Order: sequence, then structure tokens, then C-alpha cells
Amino acid sequence: MNKSIIRYILSRVLQFEAVFLLLPVIVSLIYKEKDGICFLIVSLCALALGTLGSRFLPKSKVFYAREGFVTVSLSWILISLVGAIPFVITGAIPSYVDAVFETVSGFTTTGASILTDVEAMSYTCMFWRCFTNWIGGMGVLVFIMAVVPLSGSHNMHLMKAESPGPDVGKLVPKVKDTAKILYGMYMGLTGVLIISLLIAKVPLFDAFVLSFSTMGTGGFGRWNASLGAYSSAVQTIVIIFMILCGVNFNAYFLIIKGKIKDFFKIEEIRTYLLILLAGAVIITLLVRGNYSSYGEAFHHASFQIASIMSTTGFSTADFDLWPTLAKTILVCTMVIGGCAGATAGGIKVSRLLLLFRTIGRELSHLTHPRSVRKIRMDSQPVLEETIKGVQSFFIAYAILVILSTIIVSIDNFDFQTSFTSVISMAGNIGPGLGMVGPTGNYSQFSDCSKIVLIFDMLAGRLEIFPMLVLFYAGTWRKS
Amino acid sequence: MQIVIVGCGNVGGSIARSLSKEGHDVTIVDNDIQEVKDLSVELDVMAIEGNGSTLDVLLQAGVQTADLLIATTESDEKNILCCLLAKKAGTKNTIARVRNPEYKKEIEFIKEELGLSMSINPELSAAAEIARLLKFPTAIEIDTFAAGKVELLKFEVTSESPLSGMALKTMHKKLNTDVLVCIVERGTETLIPNGEFVLSEGDKVSVIGTGKKASLFFKAINLNQGKVKNCMIVGGGETSFYLSKMLIQSGVDVKIIERDKKRCEELAEALPEAIIINGDGSDKSLLGEEGIESTESFVSLSNHDEENVMMSIYAKKVNPKAKLITKVHRSAYEDIIGDMNLGSIINPKFLTAEEIVKYVRAMSNTVDSDIEALYQINQGKAEALEFIVKDSSALTNKPLSELNGKLKPNVIIASIIHKGMVETPNGSSKILEGDRVVVVTTETGFSDISDILE
Repeated sequence: MNKSIIRYILSRVLQFEAVFLLLPVIVSLIYKEKDGICFLIVSLCALALGTLGSRFLPKSKVFYAREGFVTVSLSWILISLVGAIPFVITGAIPSYVDAVFETVSGFTTTGASILTDVEAMSYTCMFWRCFTNWIGGMGVLVFIMAVVPLSGSHNMHLMKAESPGPDVGKLVPKVKDTAKILYGMYMGLTGVLIISLLIAKVPLFDAFVLSFSTMGTGGFGRWNASLGAYSSAVQTIVIIFMILCGVNFNAYFLIIKGKIKDFFKIEEIRTYLLILLAGAVIITLLVRGNYSSYGEAFHHASFQIASIMSTTGFSTADFDLWPTLAKTILVCTMVIGGCAGATAGGIKVSRLLLLFRTIGRELSHLTHPRSVRKIRMDSQPVLEETIKGVQSFFIAYAILVILSTIIVSIDNFDFQTSFTSVISMAGNIGPGLGMVGPTGNYSQFSDCSKIVLIFDMLAGRLEIFPMLVLFYAGTWRKS
Repeated sequence: MQIVIVGCGNVGGSIARSLSKEGHDVTIVDNDIQEVKDLSVELDVMAIEGNGSTLDVLLQAGVQTADLLIATTESDEKNILCCLLAKKAGTKNTIARVRNPEYKKEIEFIKEELGLSMSINPELSAAAEIARLLKFPTAIEIDTFAAGKVELLKFEVTSESPLSGMALKTMHKKLNTDVLVCIVERGTETLIPNGEFVLSEGDKVSVIGTGKKASLFFKAINLNQGKVKNCMIVGGGETSFYLSKMLIQSGVDVKIIERDKKRCEELAEALPEAIIINGDGSDKSLLGEEGIESTESFVSLSNHDEENVMMSIYAKKVNPKAKLITKVHRSAYEDIIGDMNLGSIINPKFLTAEEIVKYVRAMSNTVDSDIEALYQINQGKAEALEFIVKDSSALTNKPLSELNGKLKPNVIIASIIHKGMVETPNGSSKILEGDRVVVVTTETGFSDISDILE
């Protein structure tokens, strides 16, 4: 384990966070709030620490997969711990565990809150809270890689550990350029969203923070009523962008290159859109009675399913009151999540497809024991290694959910609350059912449960293994 | 630059490594998915799995916009096909690895007619490098141009040298040689000399000419000590064949020891002047019988690194005066072998990679110009530019003496290659359409052959 390069990269990460922390300072100047001073102090401290730590270049440039995993998970823990400090100093969230929960929820684009009254927050804190959604969506290290080279040619290890999906590919030969293109598309889409919201007469500040949480598929809202506070036109814009952000960003590169046909040929995107449409139609039929027209029912049904499946977690209706089948469909889409390479969480549609195809192959193998079959995706054979990875990921995901549910159950809430809160955290969605439904929040949980849920959010965002690597003894052994 | 490398075995891998380190956008294509994956983890390159001689895969690799495609699969035919497809699809330059000497003519044809920019042959490069090491003393530095046809040789003028105090215009008559002095480094200055220039002790002189003419020149100035008269080669592969041909041409006696009887017969047929021994080169008594104690040079070219190293150690022990050259494929052990002091180490894939990196560097300097190739000399203080004369101009179809005074200062026409024949220019030489011309200059920014005129 090359500890000096990890120390170096972590210091660089801290420097970048210091720069990010200056953004809320600017906001505080605009709105003349005192909170900006707290952010400035934290930013300066982070900058000093980061500069000190990155002053000495690492002795050895050795950087392998395990350094990649460890660096990524430690970076995420570090930015969350530091990003939480301003909330405590400003008094917005007095308890540090709560503040860390809120920040992790932000960076991992979960959007779950421990705040009972969001509206009491200052502009400055609100901006920072939603900005964590945005930067966490595409990834902090991906952002840094677009700006500075971190570890030479082995940047790919970082990208692989941070980006979601079973098989991370590059768009162009260089990692740095790939990161630039990804962030370019991300910023472009964010810009379009902000402008659309402004046209729909959303106030400037709201347009910014709403765009940040939508693009990162985070789901931090400015109002207690979440998206219910906006007009249906705004809600419709948000539906479209939530769906867009659940799509693999690599696929948008095809559109940029003018291969629109190829974009719609991608099986993962087709399946994703199909699940969304089917879910919206079924839920519309189920909740027709709660609304005055089919149109309105469809509007709310599609908003909720898009919000849950893209793992954003906004709400326009209290789906906790919906029929059980509608709730079950929502919980299933919570587990599935968006596409690989999107800003969404969950186990990802492509993994689901591969799992189903593995089952299909197993069945064919039972009937023709000597048959040899390749699993295909977009008519390309998939490596056995990838399939194995998908299976172990699914198992690890299931075990994570089960163990976390057991620990959270100590708080003695009803099963629905305990189970869906874990599912919602691991899938980086935000709301669950019961006490953690669209109108509830996570403030009632004990600190122990909150720490477990914090771990679940990080594990869910980084796709479990990078977090588990930290606890694997072999990672830290000398040889 | 955007570069596609098809086939990433030994040679392809080395090329990818060097080019990606130079900061180019490299995409690698190979049939073997494991090979591609391993390389894409090690290097910051894009990896594509598939047959690189199919259009689909090539388009996926982005040959439409690529600046360069290098085909280094194991098959010559595949490489040529791949280059042709890429060229037609829009790649600006293509390089193919072609090893089979039977395709030599075809390659020249494809280069002219279908726009292949360069062909590489690791075995040939290795042989040329070894031949150079054997033919010239170590005091001479060598660069090659125009696909190895023209050599630029740099040496220092010593006090005993007949060149000391000689004016360049009298050099040809006095020494009866046919090379051109094109660059003189005096102190920190880099000069392009004219006929009136007088050489003096301590000057570092670069001459340009063909290998044969250069060796005559070095004989005339008594700098040829170190040139070997005979050579013992173990291993009769392609490298050995190319090397023997080159050595025989410059009058070195060659003895090849090869284990395979059939290969021996092939060699005996192709190289009537060489002595071919059928036997095991690692056999001490055979080596003794064939005179390892008295040979002036010993080259181990078998297919096994370990065997080559062992033979060189043995040769060193029984004949410490002989020039030793050891071929090693695995680069990882180069340091260790280097420490053992076994003479020169030759690594064919590394040589090829170096050749291509040189080409690519020159290419990135010559975008949007008529320059065929650009070579930097003396850390970039001077440049040798290779032009193809496409149409007639003020320069063509007249003796060079008529151009006197019209050329820019610090420019010298160093070589004219007319239909593959290298000519050292003199007053009566003419530049014709279709010729390749090598120009040496300390100026920069030339993009067309007519730029050398005032």
C-alpha cells in the first residue's frame, strides 16, 4: 500500500473542497448573511491543511487498484466530515452526527434529511446543502481529474472506483479528457435546466438549488413540501430532467457525436424507459381515485416514479398513502435505480438485465446441460468476469440491506420504516415509507442507526466494494 | 495527436507505452480481450476489442479522424489490409509492420500508390542497429533518414585528423570522398558551413551520405579503427539474415551457427558468401571449433534471452577483446544484463518503438505542410527536413550551381533521392519532380521546398 500517494491525493481533494466551500461564501455576500464567515473559516482551514499535505510529492508513484479503492472511499469520508463542519458552526444543525448525515446524504445524492424544518435554513447553508448534491452526482474525484492529473496514467483506478456501473469505460483515450467531457455535458444540462426553470418563473436562488439537486439526482428541497411548492409546469420540467439524469451520461456522448439512432438502441436505456413508462401507467390506474382526472393522476404518478427510479427523491404527493401495489412498485424501482454511468444510485438497470440473463442461461443450462452460451448486452458478448462481478455485487447489496435493517431495527420502529429506510439509503434515494415517507424525515433515528445509514449511503454511492475494501485486512498488510 | 494502434503484442504494447507517455491520445485495438484490458489498466489509453482489419472495428476506434494508425498484428497481410482500410476511411498517416522480406517490392508499391506512410520491420531495425554498431567505432553517432537510406554521422575532429585545418571545398578532391559536411558544432554554436569553411580541432562535424560512402570517408580520415573484419552469429532467424546481408555488403566475413538443418539450407541458399554451421550455438566445443577465441565480434541472436546472455558471458570469458552484441526481448531484465558488461544490448521491440516515436514527433511538427519527415539534430538546434518535390518550381530541372546565391543562408541541400537512389548533391545535380530531397537547416518554420529560396 502506497500511503504517501493516498495522503497526497487526499490533500488535493481537501484543497478542492476548500474552493467549493467558497461558493456559499459568495452566496452569503449576496444575501448579506453572517453564515458566510463560518464557511470562510472552514474553507481556509481546509486549504491550509490541504496545501500542507500536498507540499511533498509522493515518494513513489505506484498506484494500483487497491490504492484506487482506498483513495476514493477515504476521499468521500473526508469531504463529508469536513463539509459537515459549517452546519455545526452556523448552528443550522447543532449535532455533528446529524450534520455528517446531512452532508453524506448530500454528497451521495441521497437527499434524506434529518431536518424537521428545512425552510428555517439560511440561503448560505441551503446553497451548500444543494451544491453537495450536484458535485456528488458526477463525482468529486472525476471533477478533480478533469482539472489536475492526480496519479499519472493510473487515474483509471480512481475513475473505476468512483463511477457507478458494472463496467466503466472511457469516452476518449485519456481519463482527463473523459472527465472533462462528462463534466462538460453535466454542466451543459445543468445550465439548460436553470434557464428552463427561470423561464417557468422560478426565483433565481430556487432555480439554482433546485437544478443542483435535480441534476445530481439528490433530492434536497428548499421547501418542506418538496416539489409540491412549485407549479405543475415546474414539476414537469423536473420530471424530464430527473429522467434524463437517470440515463448513462456516456450515452449522451453518442448524441453529441450525432449518433442519435445508436442512443436509442442501447438496451439499458430502452429497459429503463420501459420500466418508467410501465410503472407510471400502472400507478396512474391505481391512484386514479385520489385525483380529479387521469391527467392529474398520470402527472403525479410519473413524477413519483421518475423521482424514485432516478433516485432523486423529490415528491409532489404523499405516496405513503397510496395503495400497497403502488408502494411496492416504488420500492422495487428504488432497488433498481437508474442506468450505469448516470448520477443515479441503486443496483442499476444494466446489472438487473445481466442478472435476468444469467438466470435465463442457467435455465437453458438445466435443459441442455452441455450447452455453451454467451450472455450478450447490446449484441456484444459480456465477459464472464463482469457477470461474476454483477452477481457478487448483488449478493453484497442484499447482505448490506439485511444487516443494516437488523441494526436499525434496534430503534424499534415498524418494519416498513426500518426496511425502506435502509433500501432508500443504499439506493441513494431519500424518502422511504412509513415514518421516513415523503412527509417524514430521519431525525427520530438513534445516532447508532444514523451511523449505519451513513455507511449505507456511502456504500450505495460507491457501489459497496470500495467501502468494504477499507475493512479488509489484506488491504492494509504491508506486502 | 490521435493515434490508433492495431495489435498490441510485444511491439504494439511498447509503442503504445511510449506514445501515451508522450501525451498522445492513443486507442488500442486487439483481438485478445485480456491483452487489451491489461494494457488499458496500465496506460491511459482507450481499449477496443475486435479484429482490427475489419471496417466496423476501425470506425469504432475512430480512424475517420485519426492522425496516425500503426498496424502491428502478427500477420503482414492483416497489417497492410488494416492500413489500406484506415487510409481510405480518413486516417492521415498509416504505418504497417511488414516482416516478410518477400514483400519488399510490394511495400514500395503500396507506399507510392496507396499512401502507406511507413513500414516497420523490427528484425530489420535490429539488424541495421547491430550492423551500425559493428561497422563504426563508438566515437561516431549515427542517425538515419529516408527509410534508412541516408545516414547522418557525427564525430569530433581530433588534432591528428587530416580534416583539421582543411577547407571544405578542397575536401572532396583531397580525400576523394562523396559525403557532405552539413553541420558543424563549434563551441556552443551550431553552423551550416559553406565551401570556404575551414575545419579545426574540436569541431563536432556531421556528415550526410549513404552507409557505404560514409564508411569510405571514415577510412580516408583514419577513423575506421574499430570496424570488425569478421563476425560470428548464433541463431539464424530473420534478424540474423538481414544482418548477414548488411555485413557481407560492407566486406565483413560472416559465420552463422543455426540449430535447424532446414533453416541452414535456406540460409546457405540466400547467403552464398556466408559460412553456415549447422549445430547448437550453446555447445562449448562447437563454438571453440568455429573459433570463438579469435573472432572479432560475437552476436547472439537466438530466440531465448537466457541462452543469449549465457553465450555472451562465455564469449566474454574466452575472448575478452571481441565486440559483443546480445539480443534481449524482455525489457525488464535490461538493467541487470547491462550491469554484467556484455557489450551492447539490442532490444528489437524497443528499437521499433523508438523509431515510431521519432516519426510521430516529427509528424506533430509538420502538420499542414509538404514536409515528409522532420528530424531534430543536436537537441533541436538544427533540423533535417525531407520533402517530396510534387511539381516543378524555380528549384527543379536545373543544375544546383544555378541556384547559388538564391538559397537562404543556413540552408544546405544535403541529399537528393532520385527513384530510390541516393545522390550527394554537387553543382551539376538537378532536382526533378518526384524526387525526395533532404534539406538541413538551422532555421525553422519551413513548410514547402520552395521556402528554402530567398
